Amino acid sequence: MKTVMSNKFAIALYTLPALLLILVLIYIPIALSGYYGLMDWDGIGEMTFIGLDNYITLIQDKLFWSSTWHSFLLAIFSTASLLLYLAISLVLASKIKGSDLLRKIYLIPMLLSSVAIAQLWMKIFDPTNGMANKLLEFFGVENTPIWLADPKIALYAIFIPIIWQYAGFYILIYYAALKNVPDEVIEAAKIDGASPFQIAYKIKLPLISGVFKVTIMLAVVGSLKYFDLIYVMTGGGPNGASEVMASYMYKEAFKLNNFGYGSAIGFGLLVICLLMTWLTSQLTKSKDDVQF
Amino acid sequence: MSEVRIQQVTPNLSTQKPRRSFLNKIGFGFLYLLLGTFAIIQIYPLVWLVFFSLKTNKEVFGMSPFSLPQSPQWENYTKAWTSGNIGVYFFNSVWITVLSVVLTIILASFVTFAVTRMNWKLSGPVLGLFLVAYMIPLHSTLIPLFKMYNSANLIDNPLSIVLSYTAFNLPLTIMILLGFYKTFPREIEEAAVMDGCSVHRIFFQITLPMTVPVLSTTAIINMIYNWNEFVFVNTFISSDKWKTLTVGINNFVGQYLTDWGAIGATLVISIVPILLAFLFLSDKIVEGMAAGSVKG
Repeated sequence: MKTVMSNKFAIALYTLPALLLILVLIYIPIALSGYYGLMDWDGIGEMTFIGLDNYITLIQDKLFWSSTWHSFLLAIFSTASLLLYLAISLVLASKIKGSDLLRKIYLIPMLLSSVAIAQLWMKIFDPTNGMANKLLEFFGVENTPIWLADPKIALYAIFIPIIWQYAGFYILIYYAALKNVPDEVIEAAKIDGASPFQIAYKIKLPLISGVFKVTIMLAVVGSLKYFDLIYVMTGGGPNGASEVMASYMYKEAFKLNNFGYGSAIGFGLLVICLLMTWLTSQLTKSKDDVQF
Repeated sequence: MSEVRIQQVTPNLSTQKPRRSFLNKIGFGFLYLLLGTFAIIQIYPLVWLVFFSLKTNKEVFGMSPFSLPQSPQWENYTKAWTSGNIGVYFFNSVWITVLSVVLTIILASFVTFAVTRMNWKLSGPVLGLFLVAYMIPLHSTLIPLFKMYNSANLIDNPLSIVLSYTAFNLPLTIMILLGFYKTFPREIEEAAVMDGCSVHRIFFQITLPMTVPVLSTTAIINMIYNWNEFVFVNTFISSDKWKTLTVGINNFVGQYLTDWGAIGATLVISIVPILLAFLFLSDKIVEGMAAGSVKG
């Protein structure tokens, strides 16, 4: 038994290809990103070492901090919307007819490519022929917004499809977790005369708190590195109003050919993401996680 | 035991029922209204997309966006399919997706098998490397990867896309497989060892066939992610002959700003394969999406 299952050659054969792949394509690049941040480099020519210049510029760069703030705003909105999804899942999971179908309908936007979603919502936000303004006009709004072209609201306008896209995903996770709550516990509470609200608030929610923490983590980290919709819909514009960390990195490197500075931004993005992962896990940690 | 308990409860509930039923009905009606509204919000934009993909420009610009297409313009679809490179993009998406999914699943199965079934000192740290990689934002790797592929002459080569998809999907795939392998009985494999089976035969003839249910789940999840992926192709591929559907239609749609019918038709073509897959495999997709996040 032991000799067959500790065959060194087989272990190497099975793990090395995958290990090499993630080392070369994930781990080495993040180290290199920090290193390239020390360079003045246009992406084609030679690199020149300039020390910490890029990182010093980064810390003083107003555009970087405003795009970081935008990323955090998205994280805040996504996390807040989790409460709505939780409420919907509580209703869905309470033995309602058609919950299976509804939950699948909710998930559909999550399956579509960001490009399709972005292009579709650009049409919805179209100032003259879009669905959004026609709806507002129907409700009697006179000065309809120009959505993506208005620096004041462009960022919030993009939040709508992002939140729309992920709603079904979180509802699905909560639904699965709520379905895992043993029926006996609920029945026992009913016998003791607990109301549906008490059952939801005092029993179901504490029992799925572990899953709720995981989703907070997913929402925060996912928001901080968010890129696709913003890149396609506004490219960070108008005038940097909807720029987020990843789109700012992309613009500096692949549009303006500042690959050194872009790497510094990319490294900043990595540090902020890992820091927030750690911070979120610390903030949501509790000593007595409920077990069932 | 629980059956007995429920039987005892029933009389108690039935005495309360008449008093509650009216309020209950209103309550349930309200809940259904809420859930239904939410379903409409999630689905209506897509219905609207299908509508305007079948409209003429006159209808799009002259009439209410909520109106139905007067006479469906199917030629919008023929126009979208023939005037761009949609066919080429479509084919690229298919083969790049399939190849990456196959590679990811084989490599992930190898690793999960070695980590959960075989005995070696470093199995813990190695698994850790794969799981931590899930936390790393891919955008931070983009510039170094661009330089690497550039010096390896892999820029504008679909191999760079296949390799990137495989590497970045390995962590999630291993996570999902891990949950399955851990609950799976080892007795059959142990018996095979007793019978003198080699590791490779155990893996290929026993373990791999037994894990087919979870493999199909991970395959579908991987397929959706790869089919929809945008950043890698947008960064590493420049010529039309290697572009996939997401990047291809994004450029194509950008050129036809005013022809909403053709734009709509292009978008519908790009999402139909996923919607079809969902129609037939929704349970697997739901299972995979939940597994990836909850077990992670």
